[in-house]
Amino acid sequence: MIETTYRGALRQALTDAMQENEAVVIMGEEVGRYGGAYGVTKGLIDEFGEDRVIDTPISEAAIVGAAVGAAMAGLRPVAELMYVDFIGMTMDQLANQAAKIRYMFGGQIGVPMILRTQGGTGRSAGAQHSQSLEAYVMHTPGLRLAMPATVEDAYHLLRQAMKQPDPVVFIEHKGLYTMKGELDTSAEPAAWGKARVMREGSDVVIVSYSRQLHHALAAADTLEKENGIQAAVVDLRTLNPIDFATIRPLVEQAGRAMVVSEGVMTAGVAAELAARITEECFDYLEDPVVRVAGEDIPISVSPLLEKHSVPTPEFITEVARMMLK
Amino acid sequence: MTEKNSMPGSNSGLPDLYRHMRRVRTFEERVGELFVRGKSAGSMLHLSVGEESAAVGVCSHMHDGDTFTTHHRGHGIFLARGADPARMMAEIAGKETGYCHGKGGSMHIADMGLGHLGANAIVGGGIPAVVGAGLAARNGKKDVVSLAFFGDGATGQGILYESMNMAALWRLPVMFVCINNQYGMGTRIDQATANPRLHERAEAFGLVARTVDGLEVEEVADAAAELIAGARAGKPAFLAIECYRFYGHARKDKSPYRAEAEEAEGRNKDPVLRARTKLIESGIMAETDLDAMDAEIAQEMDATIDFAVSGNEPQMSSMFRDVYAPEEAEPEPVRTRIERILARQ
Repeated sequence: MIETTYRGALRQALTDAMQENEAVVIMGEEVGRYGGAYGVTKGLIDEFGEDRVIDTPISEAAIVGAAVGAAMAGLRPVAELMYVDFIGMTMDQLANQAAKIRYMFGGQIGVPMILRTQGGTGRSAGAQHSQSLEAYVMHTPGLRLAMPATVEDAYHLLRQAMKQPDPVVFIEHKGLYTMKGELDTSAEPAAWGKARVMREGSDVVIVSYSRQLHHALAAADTLEKENGIQAAVVDLRTLNPIDFATIRPLVEQAGRAMVVSEGVMTAGVAAELAARITEECFDYLEDPVVRVAGEDIPISVSPLLEKHSVPTPEFITEVARMMLK
Repeated sequence: MTEKNSMPGSNSGLPDLYRHMRRVRTFEERVGELFVRGKSAGSMLHLSVGEESAAVGVCSHMHDGDTFTTHHRGHGIFLARGADPARMMAEIAGKETGYCHGKGGSMHIADMGLGHLGANAIVGGGIPAVVGAGLAARNGKKDVVSLAFFGDGATGQGILYESMNMAALWRLPVMFVCINNQYGMGTRIDQATANPRLHERAEAFGLVARTVDGLEVEEVADAAAELIAGARAGKPAFLAIECYRFYGHARKDKSPYRAEAEEAEGRNKDPVLRARTKLIESGIMAETDLDAMDAEIAQEMDATIDFAVSGNEPQMSSMFRDVYAPEEAEPEPVRTRIERILARQ
């Protein structure tokens, strides 16, 4: 058991994977000498050399495309996209190439690559550096999608992602890198594709992932202390695959569910989850499934507007109270 | 008082070019101060110190009605096209009184009235817009030119080459201005490209292309005069300006990836100091006059901080404004939707 950070756990996962498997290479902007824009790959170039930790020009489309080819040719590439906001520049390589190669070519070959990136608000980074674009990925069959919320998952989920036979988009949250926690790298983690019940509760189920999980947990604490409301909180961990088996019994018991996501509300991850819960648990629901999601607007540089563009713990708490009034 | 619509013109001599470069330099230094005082909106502040000749030299040959886009390191260019530094600083502080009412910030300042089609935080993201602006100028038979300013980092993006090809193919009044400060974030140009003679790429597409030394603002201005005149006449151009990024990528980056000796040598390529020395040595201006000019500029730029700090935060009601046109309905807030849905239960 070690005390580390979300960032440290990610770095440890990359280090362990590179030590175990010669085929693992990291490629992206500033991943080598600079150590990554958020410091995740710091020092790896010294340990593994320039042939395995590859600094690229600012060429997002070709970074992802080269990772696709490298994966098809036997490497295990971990491409880094500095901000998920840059995914638009890579979308053809990701959605038309990586996601479709196995299917189009009749199952002859897969694309076992990782696209590591980060998103979310919290740094006054403005409209083109603060988005939560996981829905773009989730909307594309063929791509797996993992979004770690905890230090444990920063390590274990990344390690699991790197063993998947298909392309995985792995989205970190810029607001979590310095979060501290305990990590046991030898522990048996929750299986890939399994959600984790972070907190039991029979009044309302809050389904979340990434940084909003922590807002949901904070809200659940407040609800218990101030209102005696018992909220179950679920960390999805992966958005493709989705572990509905874990969600179903909790919702059937509570009869109320809320989905919390930083991505924009319309046609977002929260919309998909709310639809799924409604379809599958319809007979058990006391209330409509409520989406607490990002506003349908771009993110402002103003810290005030930025903060209120996405769910806050206070707002999640308030919505749960409204549901249980 | 801050100076609005102060910009160099095509008749600017060295004293005027110097004055505008000094304004850019001092403005950027004040941006640094705003950050240190904890009053900037975030830390993603990219200073153009060392690159003043590119902004001032090129902009001195732009006219009213000309348009341009910039990259994320675009404060100096906008200032050299006549921006009000106080409203710029307020935007960098995320205030309602800023150019974009606190929605854009340092990386997204713009003023359409001054022909600024937008600063961009996506590397290369603003480049193709000048092709479109060039088409509009051609079809509208307007005697205007559109310039894309970007850094050497953007030469890694395919969209630059797609745009240069279109501009050359359609003979548009367009110029591509590559401010080569040697670094794309932490990566030096020779680590990002096998052929650093960037103008050769533009020549391959059929553009008129040059590289100039950014140390000499007059050289930059002369090259810009010639190339912009050509672009206006339907001969699209490319100008690379060699300079050195004095500080880190963003305000917090202390550039540990480059040697101190290299930095010291790079900072010797100081276009502002160079112009100042030339003015004194050639007897065009006395040092005392230059000191007085600098002091006046310092005062002007100090006032930008006061303006920024004393400005109001954006109102919460502005959050949903300008996603769509003003006559259209604003997006419905999440809170309103949830309250309505739960009220029915």
